Amino acid sequence: MIPVLLIVSFIGFVLIHSMPGGPFDSERKPASAEIERNLKAKFHLDEPLWKQYLRYLGVAGGSSGLVNGDLGPSLKYRNHTVNDIIRQCLPVSMALGAMSFCFAMFTGIPLGCYMALRRGEWGDHLGGFIAMLSFCIPNIVIAPLLILWVAVKWHLLPVALWGSPSQMILPTIVLGLYFSGRIARLMREGLSTTLHSEFVTTARAKGASESAILWKHAFRLAILPVVSYSGPLLADLLTGSFVVENIFQIPGIGVFFINSIFNRDHTMTVGLVLVYAALLLILNMLVDLSYSLLDRRVRYE
Amino acid sequence: MSNAVEHRKPSGESQTVSATRQHLSPNQRAWRRFRKSKPAVLSAIFLLALLALVLAWPLISQSKPDATSDAQFHPPSAQNWFGTDVHGRDLLTRTFYGARISLIVGAVGAMVSLLIGVTWGAVAGYVGGRADNAMMRGVDILYALPSIIFVIVLKSAFEKDLKTWLAQHFSISTANYASMVFLFIGLGAVSWLTMSRIVRGQVLSLRSRNFVEASKALGASHARILLKHILPNIYGIIIVYLTLTVPAIILYESFLSYLGLGVQPPQASWGSLIAEGAQQINSVRIYWWLIVFPGGMLASTLLALNFLGDGLRDAFDPRSEAR
Repeated sequence: MIPVLLIVSFIGFVLIHSMPGGPFDSERKPASAEIERNLKAKFHLDEPLWKQYLRYLGVAGGSSGLVNGDLGPSLKYRNHTVNDIIRQCLPVSMALGAMSFCFAMFTGIPLGCYMALRRGEWGDHLGGFIAMLSFCIPNIVIAPLLILWVAVKWHLLPVALWGSPSQMILPTIVLGLYFSGRIARLMREGLSTTLHSEFVTTARAKGASESAILWKHAFRLAILPVVSYSGPLLADLLTGSFVVENIFQIPGIGVFFINSIFNRDHTMTVGLVLVYAALLLILNMLVDLSYSLLDRRVRYE
Repeated sequence: MSNAVEHRKPSGESQTVSATRQHLSPNQRAWRRFRKSKPAVLSAIFLLALLALVLAWPLISQSKPDATSDAQFHPPSAQNWFGTDVHGRDLLTRTFYGARISLIVGAVGAMVSLLIGVTWGAVAGYVGGRADNAMMRGVDILYALPSIIFVIVLKSAFEKDLKTWLAQHFSISTANYASMVFLFIGLGAVSWLTMSRIVRGQVLSLRSRNFVEASKALGASHARILLKHILPNIYGIIIVYLTLTVPAIILYESFLSYLGLGVQPPQASWGSLIAEGAQQINSVRIYWWLIVFPGGMLASTLLALNFLGDGLRDAFDPRSEAR
């Protein structure tokens, strides 16, 4: 994991620095060339790239860096460090992500089970269509429409922003809906495959009731595809909700990420990329662990 | 879905087809299975009709997508079927011209991802060993990076230079298209990871099969083995994932355009049309048509592409799970 993060930080660093323009281009004009030079010198942007990277890592230049968990100062919000900003906005993104994850699971899994139990009947086809619809109507379509009717016309829920529970409902639904269809399809495949496997036939032959078969024997295995998908899903939800955060004006890391690229806020972009990568790696590890708990046939050396 | 349709009548199928079955290649059999899946065939017809309509649109309608008028925010009527936008432009015309960009993005992006993904995966699987390990590690690392950063960097790093160069040597309108070309390539260049993993897995298992060994023993070159013996055996899987990549890229482009990172005005794609509609949300009047029509077109296209992909997957790879 550490080497991967190092490589990710290196690629991110090089990519960001290879973009034209610098973080101080949009400073108030007229800024004299001297001021800009001084600013650059303060943040060591005048050094060669390899030296800047080593300084960022914290192995050269005497200041603390990535190896100490310090992501450096933000070049745009100069009173804040990147760590500060992440500490402030990551919980917001994580709360939104976690709630959407629950929403997706609580809608997707029952729908998937229903489809698998009605396999081949019209209930299955209808459920499949609904599931498909849920990830074919993009966030950017469903969110404005919900805002228009639920919030603007009927005044049921607030239009945007984040803080009170009622403000969390619409973003959660919009973000979760996209994934609930995928979860439903995975659940359907998992359960209908499991229900056709031999140990289920054996259990049935021994006289176990259908509900015991479903909940005691089949469900554990049937949910594995959902579990393995939930790692990347959670990482997407926690960090990748750029669009939903943008629509509902939620102060999460997605907004900061997009803005940091526009502002050429190099340290911020690399810091957020690292947070994203670390989350993805940790979640995938957790998924692997829960895999071996659910399916005893899977063992890791 | 279509999977289930097929499962219900395997006996009927095998009786009617059994006489000819042994003469059919696996790919031919797959196409027969595909034609039996109703949603997939309907989707294919829908997509072809949409494509024809979008291409023939300038012949059907004389109105220009950027022709402004005084009819600001008119709701759908007999004159403007989809209503008009803030500048009085006809939304129907704009949606159809936007369809061009969205569909081209999907097609070009998918082709780029096909090229990179298949080459990367086939080489990794075929060479094997340490090279395979290194190449797949690279894919793992790219998975951990948010792909949006690549698109933006690629666009901003090269777009300006190319634009000035094109404006000098050709015309300004060509230069305006350049930014879109970079968007297409950028989107394709970040969407090849899954394709390469799938192709690599397939090549890895085909590599040690007897017919490949035989061809090797007969002195065939590596290129010949890959192109003549291995690729024809995985083309079904490639088509399936290509079909599923197209909607993913169209969706990605619409997100980027919504955020203002994609297609720039006055060019419009479905995503940027929806973004313009979302900007007009206010508490006084509701301009629902600005979102519903481009959004509906986008959603139905995505739906058709996904149904098509599902049908193809059931036909070419009956045992695979939905992903």
